[in-house]
Parts: sequence; structure tokens; C-alpha cells
Amino acid sequence: MKHRTPWLWGAALAVYAFLYLPLAVVVIFSFNDSQLNAQWVGFTTRWYAKLFADGEMLHAAANSLAIALTAASVATVLGTMAGIAMQRWPTGVLRALPGLVLTPVAMPEILLGVSLLLFFREVLDLTLGLVSILVAHITFSIGFVAIIVRARLAGMDESIFEAARDLGASPWQTFRCVTLPLIAPGILAGFLMSFTLSIDDFVITFFVAGVGVTTLPLQIYSMIKVAVSPEVNAVSTLLMALTLTLIFIASRLAPDALKVKP
Amino acid sequence: MAILEIRNVTRRFASLKAVDDVSLSIEAGEFFTLLGPSGCGKTTLLRLIAGFDEPDDGALFLDGAPLAGIPPEKRPVHTVFQSYALFPHLSVAHNIAFPLRMAGQNDEQIRQLLKETLELVHLADKAQHFPHELSGGQKQRVALARGLINKPRLLLLDEPLGALDAKLREQMEGELIALQREVGITFVFVTHSQQEALALSHRIAVMNCGRIEQVDCPEQIYGFPKNRFVADFIGTINLLPVEVREASHGRLRLAVDGLGEIIAAPAAGLKTGERGSFALRPEQVRVAAAGGHHEIPELHNHFHGRVRDFLYLGDVTVYKLELDNGVLIEALLANSAPGRAKFFEIGDTVSVGWRCDAGVYLRD
Repeated sequence: MKHRTPWLWGAALAVYAFLYLPLAVVVIFSFNDSQLNAQWVGFTTRWYAKLFADGEMLHAAANSLAIALTAASVATVLGTMAGIAMQRWPTGVLRALPGLVLTPVAMPEILLGVSLLLFFREVLDLTLGLVSILVAHITFSIGFVAIIVRARLAGMDESIFEAARDLGASPWQTFRCVTLPLIAPGILAGFLMSFTLSIDDFVITFFVAGVGVTTLPLQIYSMIKVAVSPEVNAVSTLLMALTLTLIFIASRLAPDALKVKP
Repeated sequence: MAILEIRNVTRRFASLKAVDDVSLSIEAGEFFTLLGPSGCGKTTLLRLIAGFDEPDDGALFLDGAPLAGIPPEKRPVHTVFQSYALFPHLSVAHNIAFPLRMAGQNDEQIRQLLKETLELVHLADKAQHFPHELSGGQKQRVALARGLINKPRLLLLDEPLGALDAKLREQMEGELIALQREVGITFVFVTHSQQEALALSHRIAVMNCGRIEQVDCPEQIYGFPKNRFVADFIGTINLLPVEVREASHGRLRLAVDGLGEIIAAPAAGLKTGERGSFALRPEQVRVAAAGGHHEIPELHNHFHGRVRDFLYLGDVTVYKLELDNGVLIEALLANSAPGRAKFFEIGDTVSVGWRCDAGVYLRD
């Protein structure tokens, strides 16, 4: 691969520009000393200052954090159990059962949003709010955790779990002393993935939030309906930094699950 | 009393009988080997003993007590897995101490036993290492140490030498024998390698299609196989089609098709006129140049043949000889003369013979 043609390099650059320029623009203009996203005037951090003084924004951020932490925690526990079940259960119909938790991963978000809304309102007659958002976020996160945990287990020699039993460990001791330490990186990666998905989610949250409760993405959306203010750039930049950091950590913890296979 | 009693055990998978009405009794302190080709049921039997699986019929007794329904962790039986199954997140010391920790022993007891066990398997300097830092032979020793540390009644070994290269395997065979002698724990060893089985065992059970074909000490298994399967599976053997001419008065006369009569070691219950095979190990066959001084007339069973081919293996050479009736037999001669690959050339006429007590008659 020594003689790469220049136009191939050009095409690659264009693709990366297409992917990352918009993000770069947001970051750059969050530091721009001007009300308008048009022209670079000078460096400032006043939009960040304004952001941290904005009560509504802080409230939405607090909601988002609380939802993301709770949803990720619950989804991690359930997803881990599903992941283990998928790896251990016999093949055939029985394996499809835990596999069903994966479906929301592939489901279009809009469909999930609408169906959850109908379910909460028409079937459960639930008042939309924090609880409905939480349940929705847990629903779509479980599958991601399960996939990561299962990938971690799949790379392991099955006989070590039998060896543990054989050497005197009860099923619970086997789980605590062998299974859990071995899948811990996968569990943590799954937690970080769920947290990221939850804190970023807009579409599903939009459907099930109801009135009164708002999350960070919903708040940003309501602000840009007027105009894209530099404050939105600032909050987007922060959100982006958080997301990228978490995904980076998750990919280091569970390289086998998140790696893009060639 | 037998330490392990297996009584009419059967295990079915769908319509296949992986273990078919097997009865065995294993004595305390024995190095017992289950030998057979892959799929013969030996690993299934081992899993039944370990408790990973339960028999459909029959029962197992350890020290006279039935094992049915007792989970693996409650059986004083440990397994050394083919893949070693070391815990990758634990150091050598923690791997080996695992059974003691699970049994809830205190730190002082664990320290003492761990020290002894590490010395037993020559791993004292590797205690803080992790499994991925060890060589194949070292992993093997960790697995053995882990299985032996809390003195189980039985140690099951599932093809533990399969993953090692030939040189290391030979070394580990020596270590296994010495280790078993030192700890005095009963070993049940599973292998498909007849050479491992012969080298290591006090007794061998040869298995085929879920059944036990023969249980005996290595010399008997090798020298006096009970049937064609055992004869064929263990080592190489010449099989000559024969008919029983006389089976009485403590002697056995057999007619080899197209060749003539031979005398063989007597066996009980044979009838004149029945057909079978005469099985003869290649190293029992003696070969001499025809017409020379070294002809072997003192042997009752001797014929003429011709060298068809030979295979030089270094220490020995295997000659393929065609007897007068067209039957090919193999003879194995040690290369005792330095620098010589063979004693005969292809096409040479030779004198071929064997002692009357060599070989064994097998019913078809």
C-alpha cells in the first residue's frame, strides 16, 4: 500500500471534513465573542459563564444526569443478566428469548418513541414525566449492555466456569469470584455506553417526556427553535466532550465488543 | 474396597448412547486410564464422575456412597482440563489456592499448603505470575497443583498432555508418574494416545462406542488384546486370517490360509473349525536372511517371505514382508548396528518366524 494515489487521499480528507467540520464549527463558535454564528470576532468564555448561570439549562442538565445515571445503572444490571443468559442458554428457541432484549437496538427510534408513548398513555395510563423517560431509556439501553457483556464472555474458555465448580465453588461463588471479575470491564463499558445513549437521547425522550420535565437535548432543541445562540454551541461542546470521553473509555474497556470489524 | 464404583452406567444424547452400560471399579491409589478414539465416550464418563452430568441409568459410588444428585462442588473430585482452564484474572498462587479459599480455610492454612504445593510442582518462583505469562508445561503444572492442593479422593485428567509438543509431553509424562506416586491420590486419566496410556497407567480401560472393550494392565492390553478393536487400536499388529485346527491338550494349532499350520498360545473355549484372526506384534517377528547361517529353524512357526518395503524410523526399521501366501506382515527390527538403516534390501528373500507363545488368537 505504498503508492496511494493523491485523489484517494483527497477523497478521504473530504469525508473526514464532512464528518468533523460541523462539529468543529460548533466548538469554535462556542468561544466566539459575538451573538451571531457568522464571523469570528474574538475569543471569549462568556457563553460558558452564561450557561452556568442559566437556571433552566442547569435544571435540564441535572435531570439528564439523574436520568442517565439511574437508567444506566438499571440497564447495566438487567443487560448483564441478559448477556450472560444469551451466552449460556442452549441454542434454538430458548436462546431467542434473552435475544429479544436486543430488538430495541435495531428498532427505529421514532417507532420506539411512538410505541412507548402509546403504551404509557393508553395501556398503563401513566402520567408522562421522569418515570416514563427513565423506563424508556432503560428499555433501549439493555440491549447494548447485553451485546457488550456477551461479546466479553464469548471470548472466554467455557471450561473455566466448570473448573470453578469442580474446585468447590458454589454457583454463587463461581459468579462472584470468576464470572464477575472477568466480565467487569464489559459491564463498565456497557454502563458508560448506556449513560452516553441516555444523556444524548432526543427522539424517544421527546415522545415520552410529557410537559414539565425537560432534559438537556430537549432544552437545546427548544432554544434553537428561536435561533442557534452561542450558548447552545457551548452546551453542545460540553455534551460532545462528555460523550466522546465516555465512548473512548468504553472502547478501551471492551475493545472486542465495540471494535469496527474489518 | 474400590474407591470408585461405576455400576451399569448409561448416558444417552438423543438416540446416541455416549456411555453404554459401563461398569468399572477403580482402586485407591491407582493410576487408571480411559483410552479410546475421540467420541468413544471417555470424556462423557469423566464428566459423569466429576458431576457435570448425571447418568440416565446406573449409578456411581465414591467410597461406597452414591454420587447421584451431588453437584460438582460437593464431590471430593477435581479435574485437570485439557485447556487447563486456569483463571486468567488470578495469579498462580491464587489459582492454586482457589479450592482452599472456596472451602473457607483460613489464611495461615492456605499459606502453608500453598507453599508445599508450589514446591511439589516446582513453581515456587512463579507464584506471583499470571497464567498468560507461563509456558504450556508451567500452565499444566499449575492446573495439577490446583487440582491436588486440597487432597481430593480422585483427580480426573482430561487429555492434559494433548496441547503439549512431543518433547514436553514426554517430560510431563515422567512428572505425572512421579507426582502420582508422591501424593498417592487416585488418578483417572483420559487419553486417545495409546503411548501415553501404556507409559503412565497401572490399569487401562479401552473404550469404543460407549462400551468398555477390555480392562487390564498395560502389558496385558498390549500383549494379549481381547478382540480386534483393542488389538488394532493399541500399537500396530499383524492380523492373519486363520482356522482353528486343534484346540486341546494345552495347545492350539491354527491353519493360516494358504500358508500352513502354526502353533499358538492356548486359549479357553475354542472349537475346532472356527475361524478368526491370529494377531502378532511386529516386534515379535524375527527375520533372517534366507539360506544363510542365521536361519531360524529353532522356531516352530517359520516361513519364507520377501522384503517388499521398509520404513526407516531412526531407532528401528519397519519391514513389510510378503509371505508365500501373499499376506503382508510387518516386522520391526532395532537398528543395533551403528550407521545402518536396514539389514535387508527390497526383493531379498528372507526367513520369517516367531515363537509359539507369541501372538494371540482373536475371534472374529
